[in-house]
Amino acid sequence: MLLRHTSKEILERKALMINPAKTCQPIGAMYAALGVHGCMPHSHGSQGCCSYHRSTLTRHYKEPVVAGTSSFTEGSSVFGGQSNLIQAIDNMFTIYEPEVIAVHTTCLSETIGDDLTQIVKKAYDDGKVPAGKHVIYAPTPSYVGSHVTGFSNMCKGIVNGFSEKTGEKRNQINILPGYVEPADMEEIKRLTTEMGIETVMFPDTSGVMNGPQTGRYHMFPKGGTTVDELKSTGDSMGTIALGSFASSLAAKFLDTKFKVPCQIQELPIGLPATDRFINSLRKMAGVNVPDSITRERGQLVDVMTDMAQYFYGKKVALFGDPDQLIALTEFLVSLDMIPVHIVTGTPGKEFTAKILELTKDQSEPVNVKAHGDMFLLHQWIKNTSVDLLIGNTYGKYIARDEDIPFVRHGFPIMDRVGHSYFPTVGYKGGLRLVEKMLDAMLDKKDRDSPEESFELVL
Amino acid sequence: MKDTQEGLAVADKTIDMDLNKIKAQILDKYPIKVARKRAKQIVVTQPGDSNTMPEIGANVRTIPGILTQRGCCYAGCKGVILGPTRDVINIVHGPVGCSFYAWLTRRNQTRPANDDSPNYMNYCFTTDMQDQNIVFGGEKKLKQAIQEAYDIFHPQTISVFSTCPVGLIGDDVHSVCREMKETLGINIFGFSCEGYKGVSQSAGHHIANNGIFKNVVGMDDTIREGKFRINLLGEYNIGGDSFEIERILNDCGISLISTFSGNSTMGQFANSHTADLNAVMCHRSITYMAEMMETKYGIPWIKINFIGAEATAKSLRKIAQYFEDEELIAKVEEVIARELPSVKVEMEKARALCEGKLAMLFVGGSRAHHYQELFGELGMKTVSAGYEFGHRDDYEGRRVIPSIKVDADSRNIEELSVEQDPEKYRLRKTEAELAELTAKGLEFSQYDGLIKEMKNNTLVIDDISQYETEKLIEAFKPDIFCAGIKEKYAIQKSGVPMKQLHSYDYGGPYAGFQGAVNFYQEIARMTNSKVWSYVKAPWEKEPELAATYALS
Repeated sequence: MLLRHTSKEILERKALMINPAKTCQPIGAMYAALGVHGCMPHSHGSQGCCSYHRSTLTRHYKEPVVAGTSSFTEGSSVFGGQSNLIQAIDNMFTIYEPEVIAVHTTCLSETIGDDLTQIVKKAYDDGKVPAGKHVIYAPTPSYVGSHVTGFSNMCKGIVNGFSEKTGEKRNQINILPGYVEPADMEEIKRLTTEMGIETVMFPDTSGVMNGPQTGRYHMFPKGGTTVDELKSTGDSMGTIALGSFASSLAAKFLDTKFKVPCQIQELPIGLPATDRFINSLRKMAGVNVPDSITRERGQLVDVMTDMAQYFYGKKVALFGDPDQLIALTEFLVSLDMIPVHIVTGTPGKEFTAKILELTKDQSEPVNVKAHGDMFLLHQWIKNTSVDLLIGNTYGKYIARDEDIPFVRHGFPIMDRVGHSYFPTVGYKGGLRLVEKMLDAMLDKKDRDSPEESFELVL
Repeated sequence: MKDTQEGLAVADKTIDMDLNKIKAQILDKYPIKVARKRAKQIVVTQPGDSNTMPEIGANVRTIPGILTQRGCCYAGCKGVILGPTRDVINIVHGPVGCSFYAWLTRRNQTRPANDDSPNYMNYCFTTDMQDQNIVFGGEKKLKQAIQEAYDIFHPQTISVFSTCPVGLIGDDVHSVCREMKETLGINIFGFSCEGYKGVSQSAGHHIANNGIFKNVVGMDDTIREGKFRINLLGEYNIGGDSFEIERILNDCGISLISTFSGNSTMGQFANSHTADLNAVMCHRSITYMAEMMETKYGIPWIKINFIGAEATAKSLRKIAQYFEDEELIAKVEEVIARELPSVKVEMEKARALCEGKLAMLFVGGSRAHHYQELFGELGMKTVSAGYEFGHRDDYEGRRVIPSIKVDADSRNIEELSVEQDPEKYRLRKTEAELAELTAKGLEFSQYDGLIKEMKNNTLVIDDISQYETEKLIEAFKPDIFCAGIKEKYAIQKSGVPMKQLHSYDYGGPYAGFQGAVNFYQEIARMTNSKVWSYVKAPWEKEPELAATYALS
């Protein structure tokens, strides 16, 4: 057994986290920064942080992820990292010529109390930021929240660094897509374009983290939200923030600072959440939903009908990030499935409350925990078995030990290639999800069926 | 994509290339101070028959913002050295990230004795420090975490790794470990391997060596079976390398007492002082251990290398030579004679596809040296190479150690003072015997470094930056570039196949005889893959528009 020491008996733990279902803030900040055009993320901390974040993002996306580090030494940890950061800013602008540098902190620089506002101001004052170039920043202490919190903080940092109000409203909507894949961002843009709505979506890692092979390496590819677009977000008609954990902070900040009203809603994963997203877009922009999108929706409903016999009453365990899990849970419930064990590593009481509300009518009680871990999830599964497991790559150890069909979803997925090119948001994304779920479940059925009841047509 | 696959012609071209000019061009873009610093870390090997070994700047601070390959002290300690041992619970004391990123990502394979024997390597343990632990201290939480790990798993050993904030807030990890060791009656010890220590992973290797030496080695004096008993040091069983080496050693009748630390257990470390020879693979990460064991227990060490078929044969012969046993010498020759012919067949097949092509290797603290063996066997030239975290002795050989200036960053890493153990020291060979073996060509406690391996007029670059990587690709258009995951896709986007030599791109093993075959086939595949011919679309190759079906 891969996880041979995991027992059915659950001992309460207060201090030891085993097999985390989250990682730390800075990696989320780095990913968000990659969604700004021409941006070099920068990690203000020890070299290892930057190296680990780049490695993990690269293993997931199979794409270049470049970012700088302040390379703290013992000396800078004692005397502060100001000179390291200013030197780094100077070097990056000189050598790599980004448009923007997006600095995030680490547990190290937060613990010693480095003040980014002051250091970045000094970099400008000292002439280390060339004319027309920008340095933005966000505090991302690793000992608070999770990678989702870091993503959210950098989204706010982007607003703080760029958004302006000219006083002249623009006929456009801001969209905060949440901590989703480049393909998801691309799909959200396709849907809004299809509806004829002008939007500024940020961050936007499509075109950055799913780039083509051209035989030439471009450190700063064509994708990403441009500085001009970001500046204009203060003049937008409104903001739709997808996923409250990842996107509400920046949306509310835009609201308070520039009076751009916001609507915070679930990630458009699955039918019900996508319906709400399209409906919000329709109302906010005052447009009709085109037939093409209604057709896509109909296709998803059609496939859900076709698959219903296999999904009905099946129990599911899922782990990952809160915004994804909330939308997925609602989707599973809409498929007449029963999500029985749900764990996110990210802290947040509102997560548990939301899951309990979504599952309140189901026939079996739900085990749910925020700031939980995969060890607990596995123990729950040992006590109440499930028919399907959904989560990131690390789930495969549980799936193999317990022989559960497994669908990879979330971050990181390090053992399969190509996932970042296919969305799971929108109706098309819903189609892909149900196809993956049913494939996994029927593969097991085909493997296990006795020969006499092995079926050709299912 | 390269214009030519005419390997030999390209290789010839590099002989006449003015590498000092290329170096100057690279440095040109840097701010003056950066250029001055980097100039010392980029050296051109001497053309002609010059015997002068150029001095290289190494193990010095990375320049902030330059985009380095390097990681941190914690990565070297927990990730590299202690990661591959299966029967210890490694608790990372800090916020969640450090533990998460080092969870199963280094591909250390392990083979527990049976279904019931302990294997914690698939688990990830952390104290997941929160802001209140940073403000009020994390010792209580650590103590509780150790207790919980014990209550749930009942391990024999628990070790604790300090991350950056732990050192800054002053948690006394070692006293917590001592206290819990006493309370629980199992071995518990800590490593002060905060990420900001030293200048790279290298500091963490040293700290790990010290910790294992102090807390584990020498605890079990049982003399295990076997006439020829050795430890393998600096082999981490990436992709199953250790398994292949174990197979070969076993066939030769050589008993492996312990490996530091591929496919290892704490029990093997505890017993490792009973071996009669330390064979060192990775000079950078583990020679501290070899030296300390020699002083305390009297075990001599030799440098060996199981990467490359010829290197494997040579290393086996060195081990046999050390034991001076005719039967062993004959057995080793028998194994080599059995293994080599089929390896050579595969080598020739791959060589036909690879000969004359150019390779670049920027990885680790020994791999950039060792893998030149395999490229050499394929008839490929290594035109540029360097380490991520090597020291001057890894480049220039151990002879330069006395002349290395110890800077503040290195001085902060503890140097254990080790003495001969009054009871456990056992002289394996007298001075005269060692001298006699040395005279016959078996060098002890010696390593000649990477530069000696390099051909004339090649570039050796320490702690290469992203910018330098791009410029090298532009200047040399290599046929393959070897580095790590962070570098992989930027290189491949420029149309150059990139082989990861940390994780092996999830392939391997590449050590030993079977490993060499795997590597030949892999490089032949990579340098001849069809995919590189599809980079340009037909309409990009032929942009002129002939409007065959135009209306008018």
